[in-house]
Amino acid sequence: MAQITRRNFLKLSGGATALGAFGFPHVSMGAGKKVVVVGGGIGGSTAAKYIRLMDPSIEVTLIEPNKDYYTCFMSNEVLGGNRDLNSIKFGYDGLRKHGVTVVHDLVTGIDGKKVTTASGKSFAFDRCIVSPGVDLKWESIGGYSKEVANKIPHAWKAGEQTRILRSQLEAMKDGGTVILAAPPNPFRCPPGPYERASQIAWYLKNHKPKSKVVILDPKDKFSKFGLFTAGWTKHYGYGTDNALIEWVSGAQGGKVESVDAGAMKVTAAVEEFKGDVINLIPAQKAGKIAFDAGLVDDSGWCPVEGKTFESKKIPNVHVIGDAAIASPMPKSGYAANSQAKVAAAAVVALLNGSEAPQPSYVNTCYSIITPDDGISVAAVYNYADGKIGGVQGAGGLTPGYADTTMEMRKREVLYAHSWFQNITHDTFG
Amino acid sequence: MNRKLMLSALVLGGLALGGTASAATPSAEMLANTCAGCHGTYGLSQGPASPTIAGISKSYFIDTMKEYKEGSRASTIMTRIAKGYSDEEIEAMAGYFSSQNYAGRKQSFDTNLAKRGYLLHDKYCGKCHEDGGRSSDDDAGLLAGQWIPYLEYTFSDYMSGAREMPKKMANKVKELQGDHGDDGIKMLLNYYASQGE
Repeated sequence: MAQITRRNFLKLSGGATALGAFGFPHVSMGAGKKVVVVGGGIGGSTAAKYIRLMDPSIEVTLIEPNKDYYTCFMSNEVLGGNRDLNSIKFGYDGLRKHGVTVVHDLVTGIDGKKVTTASGKSFAFDRCIVSPGVDLKWESIGGYSKEVANKIPHAWKAGEQTRILRSQLEAMKDGGTVILAAPPNPFRCPPGPYERASQIAWYLKNHKPKSKVVILDPKDKFSKFGLFTAGWTKHYGYGTDNALIEWVSGAQGGKVESVDAGAMKVTAAVEEFKGDVINLIPAQKAGKIAFDAGLVDDSGWCPVEGKTFESKKIPNVHVIGDAAIASPMPKSGYAANSQAKVAAAAVVALLNGSEAPQPSYVNTCYSIITPDDGISVAAVYNYADGKIGGVQGAGGLTPGYADTTMEMRKREVLYAHSWFQNITHDTFG
Repeated sequence: MNRKLMLSALVLGGLALGGTASAATPSAEMLANTCAGCHGTYGLSQGPASPTIAGISKSYFIDTMKEYKEGSRASTIMTRIAKGYSDEEIEAMAGYFSSQNYAGRKQSFDTNLAKRGYLLHDKYCGKCHEDGGRSSDDDAGLLAGQWIPYLEYTFSDYMSGAREMPKKMANKVKELQGDHGDDGIKMLLNYYASQGE
């Protein structure tokens, strides 16, 4: 019998100790199994990292064309001048440290067994997780295109687009009009356009107080409607002659039909609007690869099984994040992060020959109306009777001004920033 | 597997068998994963305000979540979140987070105030918040290296009555304020901020 030296013992117990410290005491039987993750946003990055945390014997390759990812959440704070663009930029070294192989390439095809890329490479997998995010339906607004977006930004995918819109706001004269066209449902980040209006109004109030934001909306109601409109009334003169924010609902002709980039005007359902800065957020659909791979249904989004996020179209391929049909979960960063962990646990279990575990999901969306006034909506979800559902009696909105204090509203801003610090670290760190 | 983990695994096993709700009870790890977005991976918060819950006392965690559920403890969002979890699920989460290693976070602080805070902690707080406020065996809240905005909120809620102070604590805080006024609290917070690792 071999003598157990101290060093040997450490080697023997090292694996178990390390797992203990990380809190994922899985038995690793998925050795040599391969997972390919398509897309390095919140969903894809979280899934890649958590598979490695849950079972380090599984080989994980993440394929993403960009070297950096700019989070959409908190990009509105950049527009309001309350945050630096660099603070929402994240790279992939953190994932590499977890043993994820990160490949910068564009995935052009997925079948049940392998992923192919623009550079002609092929990656075989046992299971694939696709987190393609959203694509913009340029055709939903006449005269709009990817090229026109350099002058009329959407800024709905953060980074260069955010920088363009911010610099236009900075260059705009006092007394100018910012047109903000909100998209129809369903779309990424339901409260996002209205937080954006708030953040831009904050900037205008402090730097260009004779200016205003006009929201053109195809909808008659939106996420956190009561909280936003009360916040706009309190801080931005909403509903008065000197309002910094005006909102044109669908019923009032808010649906934007076309844009004339040269004349800087948009044609909406009833009348034309001229803008000094125009921000168009078009209708959305699942990211391109979801279409190319045949993962979408007629709605333009991806049907999945809610317990595992396995595609109902292609076996062994899972779809998470904004592109997945995961109702009642919204298309949000936190939902993508939460779905990624559920999908990761399912993939690890299935590759180890076990049944996918019982899921638990969560979502919180914070919105920052002013640097001292934050609001949120939260929900906890479970899986019962074959589908995702909100837990009865849980979740809901920040109370209105009458039922809370400005001290609590201010805390929500700091908790929003805490959420940002933690979710980005949980995803990329 | 350390003792704490083994215990939580046993608790879990029991729960998995005993789950009766229409939705089966998820594992402790699955449930705890939902907390990480705000409280950090493994419950180690990156701040600036969400508290670290890794290494928290199991009974403190359970009491806290129950108070949030009932609405008897002040919160911004936790009342809404806590209502989403059954007592069994809360117990499973408590097992998970109490078995994680606590690490206080590095934060800025005033050295002189921190030194004086150390003496105050020893005199007024140390009997219940053991080991400088980093022990989970005392079933009291984590203080050493805890995020300071969170401790400030908590203290402000105690003082306003939005959160009920345990009797012993109320007596000690009264004593502290009588002896040192509001500066005492400032010194304590600087001491806790100095305990990052």
